Amino acid sequence: MSLTAKDKDTVRAFWTKVSGKSAEIGSDALSRMLVVYPQTKTYFSHWKDLSPGSEPVKKHGKSVMGGVADAVTKIDDLNAGLLTLSELHAFTLRVDPANFKILSHNILVVMAIMYPKDFTPEVHVAMDKFLAALSRALAEKYR
Amino acid sequence: MVEWTDFERATIQDIFSKMDYEVVGPAALSRCLIVYPWTQRYFGNFGNLYNAAAIMGNPMVAKHGTTILNSLERGVKKMDNIKETYAELSKLHSEKLRVDPDNFKLLSDCLTIVVAAQLGKAFTGEVQAAFQKFMAVVVSSLGRQYY
Repeated sequence: MSLTAKDKDTVRAFWTKVSGKSAEIGSDALSRMLVVYPQTKTYFSHWKDLSPGSEPVKKHGKSVMGGVADAVTKIDDLNAGLLTLSELHAFTLRVDPANFKILSHNILVVMAIMYPKDFTPEVHVAMDKFLAALSRALAEKYR
Repeated sequence: MVEWTDFERATIQDIFSKMDYEVVGPAALSRCLIVYPWTQRYFGNFGNLYNAAAIMGNPMVAKHGTTILNSLERGVKKMDNIKETYAELSKLHSEKLRVDPDNFKLLSDCLTIVVAAQLGKAFTGEVQAAFQKFMAVVVSSLGRQYY
């Protein structure tokens, strides 16, 4: 299920539209994930405040979307492009890769909320495929 | 038996009472067929599903989307016995339709996204949690009669 040229164009075009709000997207997606999938809170026991929109959540949401933005620029070779991040997640963070799917779903929900007219089925499938490819690249170094 | 909080009950009733099934149903089903194209395998007799535009304009898809939402309403009305409500439909999907139960989750995810787009900011994290919990219970009941 690799990204076609059309998928990449769609992702780049949609990202251009939404990148200005990427910090807000990240914060909302992460907040949602912690509420809707409480098991994900286990990775953040070192934060003093896990409530939606809290300082650590906002800061981390911004970081995560920074990674997504970077991945958009490296969309032609995500494995190479995300090598360092993959090593970080594999050896240091050791986040179970099932959680990438969970966060991806919440990113898509936030995009649907913030951009109901632009998040058409065609954009949805391209973004879903992109986030899945990104997740695979992030899991590349796990074993 | 599934325990529902007052908030969860009220949220589910509220979402569905305000929903236009003839808009949301077709939107969710067509999104599922577009985003997860392998789900088209179950709709061989639906005619033209060749591309997104064809799917979104297909009257059989629209009709079936509405049917699905009407069926979800049965669960909304019987939140304390969803398992029994969908026992017959579970047998149908397993024995006659032979739908891989993983597909129920895919449709459920698409429905969540359509509802999110409709409700906008009102679809808070708590509302999303309630909605996804309801859908998870329905999906689980639909998968129960498989063997």
